Amino acid sequence: MILAVTAAEKYVAAAYGIVFVVVLVYVLIIGLKLGRLERELDELTGKVRARQEGEAERREEVPVG
Amino acid sequence: MGLRTRENPLAALAALAGVLVTAAIALIFFYVPTDVDQGFSQRIFYIHVPVALTAYAFFGWGAWKALRHLWKREPGADLESYVAIHQGVIFGSLTLLTGSLWAKISWGHWWLWSESQLVLFLVLFLFYGAYFMLRYSIEPGPARANMCAVYALFGVVLIPISFLAIRLANQLIHPVVFTLQGPQMSGSMFLTFCVSLAAMLALAATLFHVELAGKRIDSRLSELRELLA
Repeated sequence: MILAVTAAEKYVAAAYGIVFVVVLVYVLIIGLKLGRLERELDELTGKVRARQEGEAERREEVPVG
Repeated sequence: MGLRTRENPLAALAALAGVLVTAAIALIFFYVPTDVDQGFSQRIFYIHVPVALTAYAFFGWGAWKALRHLWKREPGADLESYVAIHQGVIFGSLTLLTGSLWAKISWGHWWLWSESQLVLFLVLFLFYGAYFMLRYSIEPGPARANMCAVYALFGVVLIPISFLAIRLANQLIHPVVFTLQGPQMSGSMFLTFCVSLAAMLALAATLFHVELAGKRIDSRLSELRELLA
């Protein structure tokens, strides 16, 4: 079955398609950025944890009396 | 779900945008009658005009936030102004693309330099496009925020000129749908247009808040990184 598509229908499809694709690409870029922010947050959380553990170890080494 | 949307207005806004976009597409392709003069291609109107009005709204919002930054020193206003202008430029590029497609099928040309409405919108788009060149050529800080706010305010003057150009021009091809006598279209067409406009504004507002949240998290992470260094 061959669908007969008029020129007007092609242009309408292109106009709506462009808006859809641009919004999709935008959401994709925001998604990638959120992924980067999540990785940065993990890295910073790791740094804070390492620092806290280091401080706890130093506290244990102090002689009492 | 109800509790979550109450706690998170962004989720509610995104859901509203989803419902409105679905309703708009249903109305455009299954409800609204085909225009007698332009035929099926007139359906581009329901996306082109809402996209253009959304671009104007975001340029205006960016200028308003720039004014709040300069006048009240509102915290975060500079970032909001920047994100609003970014959205305005995205929707501005969509206006040019959808308008060009409509022009080709209706007038037989992709672009007409003789049409003041088209040229003024292009000037407005390029003006705000240059905003990013200015912003990224200056070191982050109060000086950059002030300069960008002044630039954003200058650009807002172009919005009413661009909007009114179509009404002030004597010889034009670009159609005038909204006149002082009201919208020049049938009730069903106007309803479809209103739903499409609401859908586009809700979608753009959702994208604006998502991008703004991302920028705020990015800036706080940078502060945290400096504190931990």
